[in-house]
Amino acid sequence: MGSRASTLLREEEIEEIKKETGFSHSQITRLYSRFTSLDKGENGTLSREDFQRIPELAINPLGDRIINAFFPEGEDQVNFRGFMRTLAHFRPIEDSEKNKNTSTSEPLNSRTNKLLFAFRLYDLDRDDKISRDELLQVLRMMVGVNISDEQLGSIADRTIQEADTNGDSSISFNEFIKVLEKVDVEQKMSIRFLH
Amino acid sequence: MCGPVLSHRQDLLVLLLLSLCSSGGKCEIQKSESTASASESPFHNEIDQPQAFPDEERASLPVFTMDYPRIQVPFEFTLWVLLASFAKIGFHIYQKITIWIPESCLLIAIGLIVGAIMHSVKEEPPAVLTSNVFFLYMLPLIVLENGYFMPTRPFFENVGTVLWYAVVGTLWNSIGIGLSLFAICQFEVFGVQDINLQENLLFASIISAVDPVAVLAVFDDIDVNEQTHIVIFGEGLFNDAVTVVLYSMFSFVADMSAFESSDVFLGVARFFVVGAGGLLFGLVFGFVAAFTTRFTHNARQIEPLFVFMFSYLAYLAAELFAISSVLAIITCAITMKYYVEENVSQRSCTTIRHVIKMLATISETLIFFFLGVVTITTEHEWNWAYILFTLLFALLWRGIGILVLSQIVNPFRTIQFTFKDQFGLAYGGVRGAICFALVFTLPDSINRKNLFVTASIAIIIFTVFIQGISIRPIIEYINIRRTNKDLDTINVEIHNRVMEHIVCGIEDLCGQWSHYYWKDKFKKFNDRFLRRILLRDSRAESSIVSLYKKLELQTAIDLLDTPVGDLSAAPSIVSLYDERKNSSQPQKNFLTEDVRKMHDILSKNMYKIRERTMAYTNKLNQPDNSRAREILIRRHASIRRSLRAASFREMVSLFLKATHAHRPQTASQTVPLHRVLILHLPACSEFVSGELGRHRQHSSSRPIIPLRRLNTVKESTRAVGQSDSSPEEDVLEERHPRGHPVAAPRKLSSEWDQPPAEKEETVAPPPLPVPPGWVADSQNIRDNGAGDPLLGHLSQGSQESGRS
Repeated sequence: MGSRASTLLREEEIEEIKKETGFSHSQITRLYSRFTSLDKGENGTLSREDFQRIPELAINPLGDRIINAFFPEGEDQVNFRGFMRTLAHFRPIEDSEKNKNTSTSEPLNSRTNKLLFAFRLYDLDRDDKISRDELLQVLRMMVGVNISDEQLGSIADRTIQEADTNGDSSISFNEFIKVLEKVDVEQKMSIRFLH
Repeated sequence: MCGPVLSHRQDLLVLLLLSLCSSGGKCEIQKSESTASASESPFHNEIDQPQAFPDEERASLPVFTMDYPRIQVPFEFTLWVLLASFAKIGFHIYQKITIWIPESCLLIAIGLIVGAIMHSVKEEPPAVLTSNVFFLYMLPLIVLENGYFMPTRPFFENVGTVLWYAVVGTLWNSIGIGLSLFAICQFEVFGVQDINLQENLLFASIISAVDPVAVLAVFDDIDVNEQTHIVIFGEGLFNDAVTVVLYSMFSFVADMSAFESSDVFLGVARFFVVGAGGLLFGLVFGFVAAFTTRFTHNARQIEPLFVFMFSYLAYLAAELFAISSVLAIITCAITMKYYVEENVSQRSCTTIRHVIKMLATISETLIFFFLGVVTITTEHEWNWAYILFTLLFALLWRGIGILVLSQIVNPFRTIQFTFKDQFGLAYGGVRGAICFALVFTLPDSINRKNLFVTASIAIIIFTVFIQGISIRPIIEYINIRRTNKDLDTINVEIHNRVMEHIVCGIEDLCGQWSHYYWKDKFKKFNDRFLRRILLRDSRAESSIVSLYKKLELQTAIDLLDTPVGDLSAAPSIVSLYDERKNSSQPQKNFLTEDVRKMHDILSKNMYKIRERTMAYTNKLNQPDNSRAREILIRRHASIRRSLRAASFREMVSLFLKATHAHRPQTASQTVPLHRVLILHLPACSEFVSGELGRHRQHSSSRPIIPLRRLNTVKESTRAVGQSDSSPEEDVLEERHPRGHPVAAPRKLSSEWDQPPAEKEETVAPPPLPVPPGWVADSQNIRDNGAGDPLLGHLSQGSQESGRS
């Protein structure tokens, strides 16, 4: 336990994370123990390799992108705060929160933020637009080997055509939101975190 | 399709006739045996008296003799097995039948036909389905297979629920059915008044147990929720303990007139003895088996034997003490599997799996077949009221039981059982051969034994046929999606799938299961103690390495056999660091026809969300992870790249540390450092040193993947050499085999030498069809900044002749 003393979670930190993300105390401690068990180097941060070691992520077609979503722009290490901040997107929206007036800044797990997470998975260059190439890349990852490039290309074209309202051949975030307005994103992009 | 069908029918007829002849022959032989024995006795008498040899008639040398009795038993056994297996083959020719009717039904039906034929010819069926044969020979094989292929992770995640349903559910069912039947018996009009409470309870305990064999046969093709599947599977296996206790308790009590309350306490105590005893026996034998396989590396041919013998021993030992043998063999199989599969060779592993599957299939086929046969040929006593009420109560109590139990257990579960799931659980409670065999072991002192036999056969046939056939349409009906596909836009379909993959990935990342704490603890215990003792080669591996080993090794061997779509032509997965294409396309107009085609393409080809268990053990196939393989291969480039980056950093730090410790001058001392380096490279090197050793024996055609991985190791060593300051470099140069391979890891370094040579050749057509993705990968390496020093060294790098 000696080397870990510095990385033990302090009460104030738990409080801060709680305020920022909305997780409960026990959820935070539980996720912290998961964080430390992933952190093989025991230096309080996770690198991409630590994530790669999870075998189920290895066989997830979007594994790379998901891992990448944890790391802020250009960095290679993520600390516990960052980890929790990303996971907070997947907290279920509770009824008490639904009617809150969004005078304060939007909670991390609001519908918009969930959609933003998904949007960012496509949009690598962070230009707030999903271009045809970016769409193709994701499609290629998700589809088996039997689909030819032309077929995929026409699917991508159709996708953009359906969503694009301002004619710039790419999907902006607002168009993305509009396309998914009928989908129950709150439920789809939520995980029941254990207490 | 007519050809094979007709010949199949002919085969079947031939076999039927053969079997009839053989049993007919048996009849005659018995008579001739009796005459033979009769003729022997006078002969014996004659021996006592002085006898003159020349009195014998002179017999001529027989040219053609036949001695049927000698081979009778194995011959008939083989014929029966063949007959049942032919029936099984026949079903699968008619694909359409097996979709609607589970195999078990078909087998019972064929058995009924054969039984009818035998009955009309006044033949006795072979005494195969006696309780002894069933319990000692047929049941252990099936249960071994179930235990060995049990998906352990979902099982342990749901172990509480499984035990809850198994123990409490069976108790509930037995007592409920028993009491209700007893109530029915009170009515004079039904004519069953002589059955007392104990006998009713005994009968109820027999028929309340869900049978794993039948359940799995029914659930095979049905796409139920995994949770439901694992719960019902586990329940079928584990309610054996309860059944054993109840059966022995009630049969003991049935002889007595009064029912004491102390008996109930004794019963509970016995239950714990039975359950815990079974687990203990299983664990002990499992560990012994695992330990034994640690030493079998010089006797590879008999490795599978240990698995079978120890499991069977566990079963028999448990039977000896009348504790739950089913639990024992399952525990033994689960315990043993993990360690044994690490210790034994790849071939033994495959052999074990295939033999287990084969034996289990034979056993199960025979069981259902004989169920049909014996149905016709036993004595029956039919009582409408009793039997119908039995059916009714069985269904009723199971339904209520599942409902109540689910209500109680749901709050404790992360994924709760919806009513749909509960219906699946209740309706899937199929009774099978265990119940049948148990009812035959009822003591004859029970005067209504025939009625019980008939009733249990009735309930088995009802559940297997009616529930088995109807469960599939009902489940499909319940699961019907309301969304109209045409209203969904392509966008929605794609984005939905993306979101599902995301959520699945995040859940895996969080290690979402509540048992994670215990799993972690067990893993630590496992690594520290158990692996050291039980495994021959117990270096701790990261789980991704073991995943690689399993998937990649199999892939490397299978890649040349199996058509895996056209992986080589597949465009490589574009990952984060690749360059983007610039293209602009003019606006296209899409017809609805095109859109519908797109929906089709997407729904058929998008990777499904990873199920939390690997595909269920279809009775006929090994667990199927070809899809995971495909994804893994395609992502290989990006995974490896990032791993290499890590290994690069770690290598540097390690190298710096190591060089201060060692200053080896001789080649022989480079060995430990090489080993040190190897051992600390994550993933790649473990594979190299561990697997290549084995791999050399196998394939004459070089597997593609290990070669590529070797590049990694090679490059890292090189890169390390380059990036360090000159004193280290000198050491590296010195250490580096200029003319000769390093002494001890001769195998390894000669392997290592090949990739650089091959790298030169990648521009020219390589001997094996290297998928473009791979080639692109190496080109990328050259393009990266870190590539140049590598490239520089690589061209000098190849020592001797490329291929040794």
